[in-house]
Amino acid sequence: MNIKEFLATRGYKDNPGRLMEDVIHLIFLLLGLVAVGSVLVISIYLVISGLPAIFKIGPVEFLFGTRWASTAANPEFGILPFILTSIYGTAGAIIIGVPVGFFAAVYLAKMAPRKVKDVMELCIGVLAGIPSVVYGLVGMTILVPGIRILFGVPDGATLFAAIIVLAVMILPSVINVSLTALEAVPHEYEEASLALGATDIETYFKVSVPAAKSGIFTAIVLGIGRAIGEAMAIMMVAGNVANMPSLFKSVRFLTTAVASEMSYSSGLQREALFSIALVLFLFIMIINAILNMLKKGGSSK
Amino acid sequence: MIERISGSRKSWCLLMKVLCYLSLVVVTSLTFFMLLYVLFRGLPNITLDLLLTKPSTLRNTIGILPDILNTIYIVIATLIIVLPLGVGAAIYLNEYATNKKLVAMIEFAAETLSGIPSIIYGLVGMLVFCQFCSLGTCLLAGSLTLVIMNLPTIMRTTQESLKTVPESYREGAFALGAGKWRVIRTVVLPTCINGIITGCILSIGRILSESAALLFTAGFAHNINGFIQGMESAGATLTVALYMYASERGEFDIAFAIAAILMILTVIINFLTTYMGRIMNRRNGQ
Repeated sequence: MNIKEFLATRGYKDNPGRLMEDVIHLIFLLLGLVAVGSVLVISIYLVISGLPAIFKIGPVEFLFGTRWASTAANPEFGILPFILTSIYGTAGAIIIGVPVGFFAAVYLAKMAPRKVKDVMELCIGVLAGIPSVVYGLVGMTILVPGIRILFGVPDGATLFAAIIVLAVMILPSVINVSLTALEAVPHEYEEASLALGATDIETYFKVSVPAAKSGIFTAIVLGIGRAIGEAMAIMMVAGNVANMPSLFKSVRFLTTAVASEMSYSSGLQREALFSIALVLFLFIMIINAILNMLKKGGSSK
Repeated sequence: MIERISGSRKSWCLLMKVLCYLSLVVVTSLTFFMLLYVLFRGLPNITLDLLLTKPSTLRNTIGILPDILNTIYIVIATLIIVLPLGVGAAIYLNEYATNKKLVAMIEFAAETLSGIPSIIYGLVGMLVFCQFCSLGTCLLAGSLTLVIMNLPTIMRTTQESLKTVPESYREGAFALGAGKWRVIRTVVLPTCINGIITGCILSIGRILSESAALLFTAGFAHNINGFIQGMESAGATLTVALYMYASERGEFDIAFAIAAILMILTVIINFLTTYMGRIMNRRNGQ
């Protein structure tokens, strides 16, 4: 079939406007596929550049080795300290940040007067918008010396400082997502509970909160995702030494391990950094999968 | 009624209430502390010299004009590229797409993109744009990385406002004989312009606060360039400069001055988004 026939069969010949419509449709389709393409490119590049080093070092030594000495004469690439630090740091941030965010969200959703709510929403917006380097800077100048003096450790740049910074940084997303979930709880539930003689506080915590459960879980998982992916702020407060994690020791996270050595890395060291990024990416993908499951579960109810 | 509930119930209620107020106080005081502390330490260091010169090792002075310019360039370049991509994708999803699986796939991809941490964007941006496309470390590579990061934001806000355009508008235009593209161009897009602007503001906020993704893609030079030349050469944005001054050089006064500028911009952007949100709500309420 030549072009002329093709144009004739699709009716383009008599109606040139239709050809243009179809071309525009195609263009929009391509624009829509950019996001899909980007995800594919990111995954493929990370796997291609991350896998070789894992096999060169050996998957077991790489994932469970406890010593990271990438620039030593006899280099060792064990990233267990980074993995554990990321997990501990995230867990710590969740333990501190989620309760605060949760109670604040319950207050804002159920008890706050209009004016307080408006002011708080501005506060949360500002908190969410503050660049991570500014958190890092404030952490460097207040938290780090503060921890050194309060706990009498030689250097305040520790896992503890990072946990606090992360806890503050996940607050806005925890509050916002739980707030939306709590506000979506049908009023009838609450009215029924009140009618049965529960106090208003009991109603909020024993009826509204369980009803908004999946949204609150989503908020926590989102917080985990943010905490595990944060790099610059904790790079400035965590001290950046590849120790096994301990609350008052300088530590290095998966993210900061990549960020701190990338600029001067070469050879196997550089490849190993890409492998770390791949491990981090896997963590994020698992978290994304959990988020998706939560969303599906929430909507099917 | 209240008198008849048992003591343990009463104290439980009281405890929960106290915890709520406590959290509220923590969040509010954190915000105000961050704002006031940064402004208090930063504002006195903002001088005209700082704003209008570039760093000079000869005179041993530091100026942040190049960083300000780089930030503006990156914001402009990123928005120019991401707007057509994001708005186009949203239009496809909302106006054209009929295949449910394809829509689900695109939406899943956008969600995945918004969950990926910026450090990974930085790495992949470096591999793809700087090395594979051999752009080298430059503002253009940084902008392209940010384009992918901000794509989901623009897509989501545009899509949300596309959904609020009443179906009757489209039907009216179709009934008058307009083609699909014409309807989108002349009826749908103008009605959802607010959503697109909100997306832009949110993106500007994200670009201003981004550092990890730019560190390896846009570099950290401090030279004053024009737009075109600037895009081709390495340069630090305000956040990257803040990081360099605080972490590598111990220049805390300069770092706080930059932080104060960023803080003011954050507050402005926040007010703008709330304002835009109000406008949109008012329109939807009609």
